Amino acid sequence: MSDTQPPPSRATPSLQRKFEGRALRSMVLSGLVWFLAILTSVPLLSVLYMLITQGGARLNMEVFTELPPAGFEMDGGFGNALVGTFFMVGIAALIAIPVGIMAAIFLAELGPSSKLATAARFAAKTLTGVPSILAGVFAYALVVITTGTYSAPAGGVALAVLMLPIVVLTAEEAMRMVPKVMKDAAYGMGCTHTQVIWQIVLPTGMPAILTGVMLAIARAAGETAPLLFTALFSNYWLLQEGHLAVMSPTASMAVLIYNFSGMPFDNQLELAWAASLVLVMIVLIVNIVSRIFGKPKF
Amino acid sequence: MTYKIKRDAMEKPFALDVDTDSICQPPSSSTLLIDRTFRMFARLGVFVVLALVVALVLEIGVKAIPGIQKYGLDMLTGTVWDVGQQQFGILPAIWGTLYSSLIALLIGGFFGISMAIFLTQDFLPARLAAVFRTIVELLAAIPSVVYGLWGIFVVIPFIRPLTDVLNESFGWIPFFSSTLSGPGLLPAALVLAIMILPTIAAVSQDALRSVPLKTKQAAYGMGATHWEAILKVMVPTAATGIFGSLVLGLGRALGETMALAMLVGNSNQISLSLFAPANTLAALLALNFPEAGPNEIGVLMYAALVLMVITLMVNILGSMMIMYAQRGVKA
Amino acid sequence: MSSTMQQQATPDIQSATLVMDCKLDKIFYGNFLAVRDSHVPIEKNKITGFIGPSGCGKSTVLRSLNRMNDLVEGFRFDGYVQFLGQDVYGKGVDPVVVRRYIGMVFQQPNPFSMSIFDNVAFGLRLNRYKGDIGDRVKQALQGAALWDEVKDKLKVSGLALSGGQQQRLCIARAIATQPQVLLMDEPCSALDPIATRRVEELMVELKKDYTIALVTHNMQQATRVADTTAFFSVDISEGSRTGYLVEFGPTYQIFENPREKLTKDYISGQFS
Repeated sequence: MSDTQPPPSRATPSLQRKFEGRALRSMVLSGLVWFLAILTSVPLLSVLYMLITQGGARLNMEVFTELPPAGFEMDGGFGNALVGTFFMVGIAALIAIPVGIMAAIFLAELGPSSKLATAARFAAKTLTGVPSILAGVFAYALVVITTGTYSAPAGGVALAVLMLPIVVLTAEEAMRMVPKVMKDAAYGMGCTHTQVIWQIVLPTGMPAILTGVMLAIARAAGETAPLLFTALFSNYWLLQEGHLAVMSPTASMAVLIYNFSGMPFDNQLELAWAASLVLVMIVLIVNIVSRIFGKPKF
Repeated sequence: MTYKIKRDAMEKPFALDVDTDSICQPPSSSTLLIDRTFRMFARLGVFVVLALVVALVLEIGVKAIPGIQKYGLDMLTGTVWDVGQQQFGILPAIWGTLYSSLIALLIGGFFGISMAIFLTQDFLPARLAAVFRTIVELLAAIPSVVYGLWGIFVVIPFIRPLTDVLNESFGWIPFFSSTLSGPGLLPAALVLAIMILPTIAAVSQDALRSVPLKTKQAAYGMGATHWEAILKVMVPTAATGIFGSLVLGLGRALGETMALAMLVGNSNQISLSLFAPANTLAALLALNFPEAGPNEIGVLMYAALVLMVITLMVNILGSMMIMYAQRGVKA
Repeated sequence: MSSTMQQQATPDIQSATLVMDCKLDKIFYGNFLAVRDSHVPIEKNKITGFIGPSGCGKSTVLRSLNRMNDLVEGFRFDGYVQFLGQDVYGKGVDPVVVRRYIGMVFQQPNPFSMSIFDNVAFGLRLNRYKGDIGDRVKQALQGAALWDEVKDKLKVSGLALSGGQQQRLCIARAIATQPQVLLMDEPCSALDPIATRRVEELMVELKKDYTIALVTHNMQQATRVADTTAFFSVDISEGSRTGYLVEFGPTYQIFENPREKLTKDYISGQFS
């Protein structure tokens, strides 16, 4: 009889939100993550602010055309470093992109679940975790010691080691996104693997492959550690007296920034900021372009 | 593939003589040759990737042998690095590597995971979330040497007054037992934290996103608040993946070179103080390789090998945890 | 199922009209036995329908005929597939060659992301066609009953067409090279009834010149277009799903006077 009545302790619950206890704690925590997220953007804004104010103030045409100043010299620029960076990233791209895309083709199309592919995927993932300085140590052992000189190819090899796994993994991912039915249609017509890859897989997956390639290039362009003791640095142009001084120390933007950052001269420090601004702009432009490319079309 | 074929007497080569004016043609021999060559090159590309890892380990390992033979384990425990006296101890560098990375991991991990929660747990409209996601991606895109420069001219001057106050008031705590006289462990670790934050945030986001929707709905169905659902259901479910992100972040911190070479002070001492200059393995390599003589090369290769072993172990552990987490979620 | 029944499943067929003879005793994917004891002859200028409940292996059998299953890792089989008296899986036979002679139309319309013209011309170029490609493309599109709808927009992407048009484009692409056999794997399953009827009419039209093997889950479709029908079923008794051929014969006989009780049950809708 009494159980037909609701027990007196179970009063009708209020559906109104109560600002105490758990609700209050929820609000505090939400406030905290908002605060942390905004705090996270402070370093980025600060870096960008410094680049624009410090670097932008020094940016002019001369910095692109002149050689780095020594000691107490005024003016000067980082023309040779810009050329050196492009040259070495170019070497790295020439090595890493063909090899990486070929490997990715095997991983995605020819033997996706073979033992070889599993091993290669693991190898590529391991390589992405290798500290960039060790790529430099490797290129030092392989190229600098063998050829007996610091050089642009040594720097290029070091950068290629860093680019290769990014190209392999992103290109494989890109080719896997190509719909299977499309590939089946081509195989069903009697295409060889190579014909399917060239006529269907690569054209369809190209935007996403390009994104990966661009990301790898952007990463390589900003790297310093692998170049420190492979390309070293140079105060001269890569093109000397009509021939390319390939097998000699080569300047790069990143190493220039590093070298100048420790100098007690205002001129050099200003140039370091200007070079940073240029370098960040290059990296960001490559990033943005890769995103525009990367919109898949299917 | 192997076919077990119960065949009749059918040894005739496969060329059709049915329909002479058929459009269908077998591929030309050049097409087949191109196919075979191309596939061979693709396989070659895979071998290059594998060979690169082997070569990386071997080149550094073999070139480290002279150093290992000469200095053995003493180098790992030695505390003096003096090229003039040919004394090479890397214990302070190992200490500095681990200490700076752990501090960076504490800070970067806290911010990174908070960011991952912030971006995945419906705190933001899609448009605003994209803005914050871009911020994190931009943080990852800035070259480390630029962070180093920024650290020298912004972070160090900014935290110096703060560290002076801490030293004056709490100097008895070992962490604050010295003053920051320019470069030091804390500014290096702070910049390092910013650099590993994107990795941690990105991998943790993946982990949190892979929690099945029904798990989340179940939590809300039980009447959990937003934060109870996050802390008691989402984060624990994604815990393995989040932990994996921390391990990967640690791996990245251990190997990072430029920010440390520019900010840590390159001083071979072992100190608990956050404000004391220190050294790390990567910075040691960066500073000494350009001027290394034949004897030092063996020693530096030895140090590089130590760094490689530490980072490889940490990275493989992290990758395995993430793989395990993904498999767990699928199952 | 008893072995005597299996022997009865496939009657003799005059070898003169035989284009393909497929005896698939066992098809494995890795350790999984997908199909057993299926013997299907395919006759010239006829439509051979493959029917049966889902999972009965009818598509697997079809894809074995032009070696599409080679692309699936772990695929192997016992038996043989003959094409005009030659062993499709014989030593030294390149699957690429097989697929040139045995064309295929897939369940999902899958035009390439290129123009309508290039889609149809793809196979012609692949086979180094010497004649006028434009003429052949037109003939193929007419053969697929698509010409009138697309003749003014041959440069438009094949993906811009409707589903039914896409499937007819895929048929045009497949018949442009005049393959000896056309394998069709549930070609109408993604289409609406009107498009389905057009494709069915097309199939009947095409069999004058082609030999067609058609997988369908739609029994009415089999009665409408197939001359002979192979009925497959699935054996789930041993914990795994293995498909096998139950009965093979002229379509009218399969549907009006089946020899097997299983076929009768299926036709009358007692299981699916």
